[in-house]
Amino acid sequence: MPILTEIKKQPMSFTLPVVGAFGAFAGIFVGTANGSTFLGILIGFALLAALAYVALEVLGTEREKQAKWGIIGLLVVLGVLLGGLPGLVLGGLFGWFFGWLVYWVGMGRYRAPLPPYLTGGQVLWHYSFRVLCGAIFVFLITPILVVMPLSFNAEDFFTFTPEMLRFDPEGYSLKHYRDFFTSSEWQQALRNSVIIAPVATLLSVSFGTLAAIGLSSEHVPFRRAIMAILISPMIVPLIISAAGMYFFYSRIGLQGTFAGVILAHAALGIPFVIITVTATLVGFDRSLTRASANLGADPVRTFFKIQMPLILPGVISGGLFAFITSFDEVVIVLFVGSANQQTLPWQMFTGLREQISPTILAVATILVAISIALLTTVELLRRRSEKMRGLSPG
Amino acid sequence: MNLTKTLMASTALTVAATGAFAGSHADMADSMTLVSWGGAYQSSQQKAYVEPYLEMNEGVSATWDESSAEAVAKLRAMNEAGNVTWDLVDVVASDAIRLCDEGLAMEIDHDDVLAPAPDGTDASDDFGDLIVSDCFIPQIVYSTTFGYRTDLVPEGVEAPNDICDVFDLETYPGKRALEKRPINNMEWALLCDGVAKEDVYDVLETEEGQDQALAKLDTIKDDVIWWSAGADTPQLLADGEIFMGSTYNGRLFSVIEEQDQPVGMMWDAQVFDLDGWIVPADLPEDRLARVMDFLKFATDTQRLADQAKYISYGPARESSAPLVSTHAELGIEMAPHMPTDPNNAQNTFLYNYEFWADYRDDIDAKFQAWLAQN
Repeated sequence: MPILTEIKKQPMSFTLPVVGAFGAFAGIFVGTANGSTFLGILIGFALLAALAYVALEVLGTEREKQAKWGIIGLLVVLGVLLGGLPGLVLGGLFGWFFGWLVYWVGMGRYRAPLPPYLTGGQVLWHYSFRVLCGAIFVFLITPILVVMPLSFNAEDFFTFTPEMLRFDPEGYSLKHYRDFFTSSEWQQALRNSVIIAPVATLLSVSFGTLAAIGLSSEHVPFRRAIMAILISPMIVPLIISAAGMYFFYSRIGLQGTFAGVILAHAALGIPFVIITVTATLVGFDRSLTRASANLGADPVRTFFKIQMPLILPGVISGGLFAFITSFDEVVIVLFVGSANQQTLPWQMFTGLREQISPTILAVATILVAISIALLTTVELLRRRSEKMRGLSPG
Repeated sequence: MNLTKTLMASTALTVAATGAFAGSHADMADSMTLVSWGGAYQSSQQKAYVEPYLEMNEGVSATWDESSAEAVAKLRAMNEAGNVTWDLVDVVASDAIRLCDEGLAMEIDHDDVLAPAPDGTDASDDFGDLIVSDCFIPQIVYSTTFGYRTDLVPEGVEAPNDICDVFDLETYPGKRALEKRPINNMEWALLCDGVAKEDVYDVLETEEGQDQALAKLDTIKDDVIWWSAGADTPQLLADGEIFMGSTYNGRLFSVIEEQDQPVGMMWDAQVFDLDGWIVPADLPEDRLARVMDFLKFATDTQRLADQAKYISYGPARESSAPLVSTHAELGIEMAPHMPTDPNNAQNTFLYNYEFWADYRDDIDAKFQAWLAQN
């Protein structure tokens, strides 16, 4: 029998300050946007505490629906007064949240999913832990999300124009996307990236997989030292590798060539492949290769028929990392490449420094979309193969 | 009548034939790497002389490298690695002087290499004082000046038209954007602290003078946003983050006329500076021949005047000035937007190359230390 946690109405001396604190927190942002942070905090606190009192003491749970709609309505009106159309949307969202919060806190519902024996501190930690995780998530994602609407800006600046905030179609345009697809510089950069990244990935995957397999067999001497050297491009600061490669490649005639950039990127990608493949090799049963040899298969056939299919997930994810490394890389290519090998990140880097043009945001949005598509595909493939091999139920 | 026509046609043919011949000349490399600043400036070069040149010379290609900002460091590295991949580098005059002193840029006989003016004046006379170094081939005169938000000018107050309005926080409240280096800022500060224009550099030579300039800058320090890339101030102005800010006049032209932002121009005490080409030292024969052929074309009177169709920087040749016409897309007269236009150039500075070559390191250190204080 599940343990039922008792839910009871909390005293006003608890509810009002807690709900008020949330209001004060929201008030910081609203207040700052309207000129006075301090006033925002005070008003936020007072408003939410008053709303909580009215909702819980005057209206109570019987008229909960009306109370919640009332709060939404009030905040929508406030939002429109302070910020027009965007204020309406924000006010609605705030109202919905606070309506829920008032009853959630005031009626003690927050205890419902928790065991009854937890102390107040433990309950507080339970929820603050979730809020912290959420905050980390928000901080990671928001910068990427902000870029997307800005890339549809009708002006040539990184600015949310008043037209955009009013959701006026005039404020939006696809011109930065058109710029990307019609400018020969960006198209050249795209072509270069599309040549360099896959070839570098192919090289990293082949060499990295071979190295990982070799290094996982016991009879290779100095395994740890070799491993450390191969992994070093990941650990040595990029700028050091880049400067070293620049002078070395210049002397042997590789600087400023596609071959040079591809080799440099392959060297950066190899550690990722080695690490992921080594990790999958740990679970690989060596007796399978012996069995295969016993049945008359030569080592090459054994590798492609037996070993490769089993370590494929590691190879693919290593390859994916190698691809992203090459595709995102700007430091090495600035040194090893020359004007003919300008890649997308190079173009974005110089564009951002010399000309703050939203074309960069359009490119960023496209790249984010591609990355999401790529990762989703890989994840779906992985699930499918696991299902087919019966590794995971369902 | 018929004779003239035939004559003209045959001349045209000969010219075309020599042009074609020059294009397929075996001694010339068929590709060039040009280094410039990117953005609107580079595209003005592309349209004014690179595209016409490539049309005349079939089979030749040009690649841009947007590395002018770190041209000195990169050329040093290339030289050290023995692998100079650049053929022609666009730099500001002070960088050209440095590169020339270090032997990284090639010394040039301007009269020999460059085309004379249409009236036969030698190139060196046509460029005049703007040839500030033996390695430097000037292209444009640009200026660092101020733009301000017209909608943020307080009511009942005249729009700022004096450099000292930058320091007047009472009449013109709001943030200012200044470049994160002492050059220009120190001169402006002294000028607005009662130092006569002709004495500015004498005062700035002394410790007390430098302190005086920093003390003046101190009065607005809390309201200054420091920029380091030319695109920063236009972005800040468009955002309404600042009331006024300094940047290159071409960037402000683009904000005002092309982007249609509520921004006004304040030309008072603008500082002229030069931008031009240098040829890296010790290029291989064939590449050098190609670059020189291009350079002669790209810096002739008409080409420099054409560049002003795309960007509001003044052509460096005296003979180009009368040929400056209208903007290629907007169709407005470009002359009134040139920093060198008499109306705009009533009170100007010229970047003092000698002074800053001697004092830059000291004053830079002092300025950075001052920036770090609260």
